[in-house]
Formats: sequence, C-alpha cells, structure tokens
Amino acid sequence: MRRVLLAVALVYIAAVLVLPLVLVFTEAFRKGWENYLSAFTDPSSLAAIRLTLLVTVIAVPLNAVFGVLAAWSVTKYQFRGKALLTTLIDLPFSVSPVVSGMVYVLLFGAQGLIGPWLRDNGIEIIFAVPGIVLATMFVTVPFVARELIPLMQSQGTTDEEAALSLGASGWQTFRRVTLPNIKWGLVYGVLLCTARAMGEFGAVSVVSGHIRGKTTTMPLDIEILYNDYNFTAAFAMASLLALLALVTLLIKTVLELRFADELAGTRRH
Amino acid sequence: MKRIAKSLALAGLVASVGMVGTVTAHAAEFKLLNVSYDPTRELYQEYNAAFAKHYLEATGDTVTIEQSHGGSGKQAQAVIDGLGADVVTLALAGDINAIVKKSGLIAADWQSRFELNATPYSSTIVFLVRKGNPKGVKDWADLVKPGIEVITPNPKTSGGARWNYLAAWAYANRTDGGDEQKTIAFVKSLYANVPVLDTGARGSTTTFAQKELGDVLTTWENEAYLVQDEFGKDNFEIVTPSLSIRAEPPVAVVDKNAEAHGTTEVAKAYLDYLYSAEGQTIAAKNHYRPSHPELVSDKALVDAFPQIDLVTIDDPQFGGWGEAQPKHFGEGGIFDQIHGAS
Repeated sequence: MRRVLLAVALVYIAAVLVLPLVLVFTEAFRKGWENYLSAFTDPSSLAAIRLTLLVTVIAVPLNAVFGVLAAWSVTKYQFRGKALLTTLIDLPFSVSPVVSGMVYVLLFGAQGLIGPWLRDNGIEIIFAVPGIVLATMFVTVPFVARELIPLMQSQGTTDEEAALSLGASGWQTFRRVTLPNIKWGLVYGVLLCTARAMGEFGAVSVVSGHIRGKTTTMPLDIEILYNDYNFTAAFAMASLLALLALVTLLIKTVLELRFADELAGTRRH
Repeated sequence: MKRIAKSLALAGLVASVGMVGTVTAHAAEFKLLNVSYDPTRELYQEYNAAFAKHYLEATGDTVTIEQSHGGSGKQAQAVIDGLGADVVTLALAGDINAIVKKSGLIAADWQSRFELNATPYSSTIVFLVRKGNPKGVKDWADLVKPGIEVITPNPKTSGGARWNYLAAWAYANRTDGGDEQKTIAFVKSLYANVPVLDTGARGSTTTFAQKELGDVLTTWENEAYLVQDEFGKDNFEIVTPSLSIRAEPPVAVVDKNAEAHGTTEVAKAYLDYLYSAEGQTIAAKNHYRPSHPELVSDKALVDAFPQIDLVTIDDPQFGGWGEAQPKHFGEGGIFDQIHGAS
C-alpha cells in the first residue's frame, strides 16, 4: 500500500511539475546555446528583465514589512475589526488577478476616479512602472502575513510578556524576542513573495499597456515573443524565469539543511 | 566708426543667436508610441526603422518609435483608459471612433485628415487550411458543415474577427438573396463550429498553427501569408473564398496626446510616410494590399495578391461602422444573440 501511494505521488509530480519544466528547457535549447544566449541580447528583453527585478525589489520589502506588522497586530493584540483585517489580507488570494488589475484601471485610468487629476498634474501611474509595481504589490500582499500569522498564533504572547516584564522596550522585545522566533516563517514568506512577484502575469497585463521595452515584465515579454513566432526566445526567457524560481527554492532548501536544528527549535515553540 | 562697431556686434549677436537656434533644432529627439493591433508587428518593425532613417535624413531629428500590440478593441480601450499613444493604427474605423466618442482625444474628422479614409493599406479575409486541404474547404458554405472546426478570434475584442464575421455575413447575404433571418442562421451555424474564440488574431493563429487545433483558420490575408512564411509553405495552404470583404485598418494621430507630448508634427509625418513609395512597398512586402499599388517598386509584390470579389463596410447591407458596430457587435447585438444561444 505504501509503495502504491508513493508511486502515484511520484508519477503525478513528474507529469504535472517536472515534465513541463523539462519541456521549457528543451524548447529553449532546441536551436543550440548560441540561439539561447542571443535571446538575452535583445534590448527589449533586457529591459523586461530589468523591470521585473525593479518591481520585485520594491514590492517584496514593502510587503515583508507590512506582513510583519499585520501579523503582529493580528496575533498579539485584541481590537475591533481584527477578523476584517485578516479577511482583507486574504483578499488578493481569492480575487482573480485580472480583477485586481481592473480595479487600478477604474481608479487611475483616464476615465477613472482620480485619473483626470493625475493627468492634469502630469503623474503617470497606469500603463507605466508605478501601476505595474502597485498591481504586483496587491497580488503579493498575503504571502508574508499568511506565513507568519499561524506561526505567531501558535507561539502566543508569553515570550513577549516575559521580556516586557523584565524591562525591555517594545523595539527591544521585537528585535530580540519576536524576530528570532519568526525568522524562518519570514524567510519562507519572502521567498514565496519574490517568486510570485517575478512571475505575476494577469494583474500586470491589465495595467501594463504592453509597450515593448518599457512596460513589459518578463512574463509579458514571454507572451509577446511567443506571439511573434519567436519560440526559441520565448522559451529562453521562460527558462530564465523558471531558473529564478528554482534558485529561490534552492535557497530555501539550503537554509533548511544548514539550520535544521535551529529550525526544529523554533517550530517546537 | 562707432556705428560700424555697433552693427558688427549686433550682427555677431544675431549670428550667435541664430546658431543657438539651429543647434537646438538639430538636437531634437522625438519619441512616438504607436498603439496598433495584433498582426502588424512585423510590418511596423520594418516600417519604423525605415521612417526613422527617412526622418533623420529629411529633418536631422531623431525619432524612436515604441510599439504596443494586442486585440484592436482592447487596444482602443487602453487608449481610452490613458495609454499615451501618439498615433493609433487599429484594425477598423469603429475602434478609432470609440476613442473619439469615449475620450475625445481624437478629433471627430480624423478620417478626412489622411488620404483614402485614412487607410494607407488594406487587406481581406481568407482561409488557411492544412497541407493538401484534407477537409476540402473551398468557400464559406464549407465552414458551416458539421464536423468542421473553424478557428477565428472573438469579435468583441478583435478587429480582425469583426471583418471575419462581416465577410461571412456578406457571403450569406448574397446566397440567401438578402433574407436576414437566413443570414443570421448561417453565421450562427458558423460560430457553432468554433471551438475556441481567442481575444486577438495572433492568438487564433498560434492556436491553429502552433497548437494544431481546428481544420480551417479564417484570418487576415496578410496573417495567412505570414504563417506560410514562418511555418513553411508546405505545411499550410491559402484558400481564397468566392467573396470577401475589403478590410480597412485606418490610422490616426491621437491629437490631445500628441499635443501634450509635443509630437503633433512628427506623428503626422509618421503616418504620411505610410503613403510614400517606401511605405507602400513595405506594406506590400508584409502582404498588406497597398492603397497606391502604382508606387510599389517591385510589381511582382502587387501581382501576388489574388483578385477577389470584395464588398466594403459602406455597402448598404452594413451601412458603415456607425451602423454595423452597434447592430452586430454592440451589447445585446446579433453576435451576442447567436453566440449566447449556441
């Protein structure tokens, strides 16, 4: 029985996860190394890589800070509207990314609520980089908070109470007690958040305007290349995106192996 | 003596001011955003390079052109929502009219600002079938037969799809002798044979050619030729139906955006040059029917287009886009009725 279950799980993983990944790489290298590398010399593809990294560098730290704050508030304090806050954090998970993109169009678009004001003041949000950053932030809000809330709930508030009663300030308590306790949850949250920020397609597609070399991120560039019949370049870009995601997973695994003891320690808490 | 010195100084001043003037004029660098529809990618890639070279030689100014492509209706909506296009080159006049109506960014008389209803090139709708035409598709009537799978994009989002729909309509209207109920039934059974409606013409092409779905692709003539160029002439055949439509993808300067960007003049020059010998030749090379075929340097390019019986959007059965758009593709229009029901 155990063998059967294991076999089913392995076959399923191979078919659903590994096979597509292998196909991406075989397609990318179909015409050889040189063709593969030439995909990354195209200026608009380079611009897409730069934009993706820029968006990630802005969205992930902001969502990490917010995630810690939100998880802290929800788990360490009692206040009115707590349930509402928890639900709101989950909103990006339940709403289709396309819809969240549309919300920004309705808000900042030329026909939208504050679009005309933005236009009169020469501020560009939608169909420009700020809109892409906002859309990415929206869809990646829950990752850090969702990772931390259950962890901090199970840890309770006793450690912090002890620290406070021994005369530690709020900041000292956070830095010396809470942060070490939640370190691993935070790392996981940030890694997942990073992977999603780089890969987000739907929401970004709605607010991008698809100006090649200017407002196209890597996932959008892949779509454009594919539609240009430039299959090798499309899969080359896809393989780079997959590689970035694999690197994040690798970091996670390395950390787990290296700090296995410490990890077990915090988990037991 | 003093006077001479004075006038010399004055002349020097004038000269130096004049020089500053010419220096700034030479340093001008323009950026244009051309928001276009799906299948024009290759056309504008080639044309943009040619125009930039021509403009530099003619004026000394450099111009870089950025491109955005997608389903024509979707692109028009993006411009309405604030995508800062200096020029639009969309799949049909109806989409540019939507920008006029919903945003006022383009003046209402746009179609009279460039020659021939602002249409520098045209196309038509043809069929693309797999090698050897295994299902024997010859004309529109074959597309409604049971067991035939037709690939065509969604008329709600794609301009090319609307030309597809209207070409089928024109054929049915002729064979049915103008009986509108029969025409509706014909178009309805055609769309019942469509397994996937992609949002743009290019999406339909990849569905048919790359994912190998369907027996026949109804698409722009230029797109059909492009598939042959990209995927090999041996793999696909073009079938020319007995009747089709003259598909006119017009061009316009987005007045308010160009004014705000200070690009009105270069935007106009950009679209004007499409009508030049070089612009027309590039259009023909990319399989668009040039509006001035006599200007195309290589006559073989022009002769390659097959003669087809073509109706136009201004034919009484359609009455122009002003009438056809709401009747067929508007909210609750004929397409909504037949597609919702199928």
